[in-house]
Amino acid sequence: MYIVLSIVSALIGGGMSWIIRLELAEPGIQFIQDPQLYNVMVTAHGLIMVFFVVMPGLIGGFGNWFVPLMIGAPDMAFPRMNNISFWLLAAALCLLVTAGLTGTGPGTGWTFYPPLSNSTFHSGPAVDFGILSLHLAGASSILGAINFITTILNMRAPGMTMHRMPLFVWSMLVTAFLLLLAVPVLAGALTMLLTDRNFGTTFFAPEGGGDPVLWQHLFWFFGHPEVYIMIIPAFGIISQVVSTFSKKPVFGYLGMAYAMVAIGFIGFVVWAHHMYTVGLDVNTRAYFVLATMIIAVPTGIKIFSWLATMWGGSIEFKTPMLFATGFIALFVVGGVTGVVLANAGLDVQLQDTYYVIAHFHYVLSVAAVFALTTGFYYWIGKMSGRQYPETLGKIHFWLTFVGVNVLFFPQHFLGVAGMPRRIPDYPDAFAGWNMISSIGALITALGTLLFLFIVWRTMAAGKAAEPNPWGVGATTLEWSVPSPAPFHTHEELPRVSAQPAE
Amino acid sequence: MFRNFPSVSALATVALMAACGTAFADQPYPWQIDLQPAASAVAEQVREFNYLISVIIVAISVFVLVLMAYIAWRFNAKRNPVPSKRAHNTVLEVLWTALPVLILVVIAVPSLKLLYVMDRNPAAEMTIKAVGHQWYWSYEYPDHDDFTFDSIMVPDDQLQPGQPRLLAVDNEVVLPIETDVRILVTSDDVIHSWAVPSFGIKTDAVPGRVNETWVRIRREGTYYGQCSELCGVNHGYMPIAVRAVSRQAFDEWTAAAKEKFARADGGGTRVAGRTATTTAR
Ligand SMILES: [Cu+2]
Repeated sequence: MYIVLSIVSALIGGGMSWIIRLELAEPGIQFIQDPQLYNVMVTAHGLIMVFFVVMPGLIGGFGNWFVPLMIGAPDMAFPRMNNISFWLLAAALCLLVTAGLTGTGPGTGWTFYPPLSNSTFHSGPAVDFGILSLHLAGASSILGAINFITTILNMRAPGMTMHRMPLFVWSMLVTAFLLLLAVPVLAGALTMLLTDRNFGTTFFAPEGGGDPVLWQHLFWFFGHPEVYIMIIPAFGIISQVVSTFSKKPVFGYLGMAYAMVAIGFIGFVVWAHHMYTVGLDVNTRAYFVLATMIIAVPTGIKIFSWLATMWGGSIEFKTPMLFATGFIALFVVGGVTGVVLANAGLDVQLQDTYYVIAHFHYVLSVAAVFALTTGFYYWIGKMSGRQYPETLGKIHFWLTFVGVNVLFFPQHFLGVAGMPRRIPDYPDAFAGWNMISSIGALITALGTLLFLFIVWRTMAAGKAAEPNPWGVGATTLEWSVPSPAPFHTHEELPRVSAQPAE
Repeated sequence: MFRNFPSVSALATVALMAACGTAFADQPYPWQIDLQPAASAVAEQVREFNYLISVIIVAISVFVLVLMAYIAWRFNAKRNPVPSKRAHNTVLEVLWTALPVLILVVIAVPSLKLLYVMDRNPAAEMTIKAVGHQWYWSYEYPDHDDFTFDSIMVPDDQLQPGQPRLLAVDNEVVLPIETDVRILVTSDDVIHSWAVPSFGIKTDAVPGRVNETWVRIRREGTYYGQCSELCGVNHGYMPIAVRAVSRQAFDEWTAAAKEKFARADGGGTRVAGRTATTTAR
């Protein structure tokens, strides 16, 4: 269910991004005559991708399905809560679409910065719909997080100690805690914005003693952990897949698990690196520079541990493994540009330019989508009972990998040259790299069409999947049950003695 | 449009060079992959720091990607049918934790130095104030009888030859070279951001706050930037243009400007500038 919702949203959000890229292919206005419509597209693309593609796909979809399987539990702790959580999300998506179609829509960016998002500059109900949509999505996430924490802490099979849990389960546990701590802050901030808009409060309005920068602090206190909420489950999937196809246990298991815990923890104390230009005190900025750079250390541990897992392995490059290696490559490129952006002195040049766009699309958006795709190919046999077509999968990988690099790499250059983000038209000097970037979007679009075809092929005519199609490397519990996995798996609790992840 | 862009921008560049008599293009140029040429000592330091960090990150990326390619070739199932069982190597794990820390220290030291240098300059010789509006900038010169004017983008159909599209404005901010100028930035509606890449400046214009930055411009020329915080419908159409002139020319310009423009406090005569507040588009 979650995965279907995620794919449908991906088509909407992706479709918007292609329209954006077409608009930006050449200087001058191409066909979006109203810049407000362009801003609404940018806003909706961001919100849909974050809240309705990556989160439901990675957490709702793969998490709900495979956490219980991997720890030897029959199902999640609270199946009904899970159901509510899904329908809240569906309702939230409907609200967001309503917001986009109401009046002139919310043209605020996904960050909803006031005063632009207040009732003076966005009158009409569009922004209110957007806020309510995020409220519902947030409630859905919190319910999901509680469910995960309960399941993982209480429902492990005998012998499945914390330090024997597969890394994907660890990643979901860390993610659930991040959600539980970060989302309420967003909910609070959204409520304050809502009362500012409708009931005359002035939390973020200077004329009433409020401060627009307060919104940014609250938003990014949620927003930075949010990026780890999206990427840590991806770490988990990649760890499983790399280990399976290298036919080796994960290298440095404990380091990997605690690197995720460390990333999650530090993620809460670096939020203001999104705000280097708002006029923070210089000592404050210096602190955020240092804190942000420290994240590179646990992240480096993860990258090197994946490589060390592959080292000495007997690697089979099936489609999931291709996407996993692609993920690591993209993540490295996006990671080093993150270190660049951490430096407030240089970030002043790059803040709000296409460099930032390139950075977060590499580390987060495309990498997270690669992880989603990896998970899809890895587990589709287990979920549907049918295996995907291997050759088409490989073509899909190469099309997408080339496409996203052509799409996003030139944006680094645009950013360094100073092209601001969120503009529908740009000075003529930026034309060259924008054209190339739009060509990349076209290649990626072809890849996506191919993916839709693959999904259809798999469902309609895929070969029946064996319980374990991957051979000796696949050691986690989900491969010990038939494909597709029955509704209540592990009715009799499996006993775990060997360490599954190590 | 794409086919004729090289000629348009070439024309613009040539005309600009002719206009201000400098070999630098203080605006973006086609296929640019580097920061814009520096026009102040701070921007120069930003550029140097950018080179340092670019070398480091390219080296790291190439190292990791080459290593990955080697692993994919050497430990392919065909070449290496029997996997090893090794899952620990304490020395290696300590090494790849400690080395990144060292690299980060190498980056952090110049980074923090730069941050403190660019922050503010207590010894400024003059002050101007930039105020963001939906969707244009206005400027005030408190040290020169407090005159003020609006700076509005020139629409596409009114561009003069040599004026860059989406960057040129009707009234440029004029500043003297070799002078420490304090720049106060604020807004009277939503958040905007005042950015001039050649100066190494980007400062948000936040309503209810006054942010401070500074510049000492080294050479004459016209410098362009764009509003860098989403501020509504015409966010893409409120550029920043600064014309740097000699101190003498600046004095002449301020003398004329006092006559031409109204005062920020509403006193004096209201002419030009203030009355021309039609939106750019
Ligand atoms: Cu603006």
